[in-house]
Amino acid sequence: MYDPTVARLTYRALLGRRRALILFALPLLLIVISVAVRALSGVDDQVASDLLGGFALATMVPIIGVIAGTGAIGPEIDDGSVLYLLSKPVKRPTIIVTKLTVAIAVTMAFSALPTFVAGMILNGNGQQVAVAYTIASLVSSIAYAAIFLLLGTITRHAVVLGLVYALVWEALFGSLVAGARTLSVQQWSLAVAHKAADGGDLVTSDVGLPAAVILLVVVTAGATWYAGQKLRTLTLAGEE
Amino acid sequence: MSTLTIDHVSRWFGNVVAVNDITMTISPGVTGLLGPNGAGKSTLISMMGGFLAPSTGSVSLDGRPTWRNEKIYEHLGIVPEREGMYDFLTGREFVVANAELHGLGKKAAQRALATVEMEYAQDRKISTYSKGMRQRVKMASALVHEPSVLLLDEPFNGMDPRQRMQLMELLRTMGDEGRTVLFSSHILEEVEQLASHIEVVVAGRHAASGDFRRIRRLMTDRPHRYLVRSSDDRALAAVLIADPSTAGIEVDLEEGALRIQAVDFGRFTTLLPRIAREHGIRLLTVSPSDESLESVFSYLVAA
Repeated sequence: MYDPTVARLTYRALLGRRRALILFALPLLLIVISVAVRALSGVDDQVASDLLGGFALATMVPIIGVIAGTGAIGPEIDDGSVLYLLSKPVKRPTIIVTKLTVAIAVTMAFSALPTFVAGMILNGNGQQVAVAYTIASLVSSIAYAAIFLLLGTITRHAVVLGLVYALVWEALFGSLVAGARTLSVQQWSLAVAHKAADGGDLVTSDVGLPAAVILLVVVTAGATWYAGQKLRTLTLAGEE
Repeated sequence: MSTLTIDHVSRWFGNVVAVNDITMTISPGVTGLLGPNGAGKSTLISMMGGFLAPSTGSVSLDGRPTWRNEKIYEHLGIVPEREGMYDFLTGREFVVANAELHGLGKKAAQRALATVEMEYAQDRKISTYSKGMRQRVKMASALVHEPSVLLLDEPFNGMDPRQRMQLMELLRTMGDEGRTVLFSSHILEEVEQLASHIEVVVAGRHAASGDFRRIRRLMTDRPHRYLVRSSDDRALAAVLIADPSTAGIEVDLEEGALRIQAVDFGRFTTLLPRIAREHGIRLLTVSPSDESLESVFSYLVAA
């Protein structure tokens, strides 16, 4: 289910394009803000949690997920080069699972790692805040990568739709409508983090742990399966 | 030896019919798929290559459907017309990746690069390649696994004459080896030089099929119209009309030119300059007035 050649091509495509700059810019911004906050207001667990939850987990992780998830396949479909993968006796689900693995790895590297570093800068992992949000980032990276990889497979407007989902649904809608929070990758990952890091009152979720885990698994597996199916019937017509 | 069978295939996009009830068999050897731009050649090749489902009918390779069947790519290579091809790789990296996806190694990739004579530029990034070089690297990527069927969509586009000759030679060799090679083109001369067998597609329909000489005759035997200006139009007209290769001449006073209808294309084209020289008439303009490919094809469809 994993093809090293597909993985190599995907890594190079993801990290070689201009939009990869955002992959570096956002984590850098997080670190800079963390350093500034620490310098100005000292160690404060609540502030650390607000910044990691409000910026790192709610904004940075989904945006990185959009770039890595859609970028792992969207541009190839757009410019037609995916044909060189598809004209091979390689199973379509293998291509998707490989690309998903790459997208997850890239999302984790560019979101969870900086989140941990930022957490250490902010309050030195006081009350397990850094570890909790790092776990939340790792968990949500998996689901985001799968969702946005599917989006990249089925639509040319994946980046826009992905950003709308990440910013409007997860960030804005979620804070206004309670029900929306139940269907939020961010909340699911917080539920896992709350349990795993024993985060106390600082890291909490609106969703119970069993529901969160089930939803994470169902969404990730479902999106991956469906992307594999869509790739099997991907239509690559000429430009006529 | 492999055979592609296209059986009553139609394909429409919304309300537009791109391919209309086409049935043909592509056998070993080189086959040219000829037709004007927008005739449905690319759509047809996409369906042959398994990248597009026929709306009705079926496409099969030795009895196995090409749609949703990645196994066929063990025997099939495809050279697309589109340019997208991992520009950030070098030519060698690209072909090696294609070989690996077939479960082959660097050796196969190197052999394919040698076949298309791209070794000299293999370590340059594809983004720096000319169109002809890209075309040859695409070709190498389709050849790594030595497929028994090779589909090429407009392979000669953007190639200079030398590269064109080279690719023709390569395709001819592959055809002689018993591989099934199909290439599309909208240029009659290309098809004529390379393919012994031609399938003509016009406006989504299968217009003609068979030996190129027969089709060429159909195409050249149609009446040709020319607009000719000379130093003495009436004298020229008088001599030309005496020859059986000319069916009619009109003296267009407004244009100050002759409108000539020739029935024997080959004879007329050698006759005109000879007669002009013999009679001391200077030719100022000789232009075919209906040489657009579309008119050639529409004549063919009507025939």
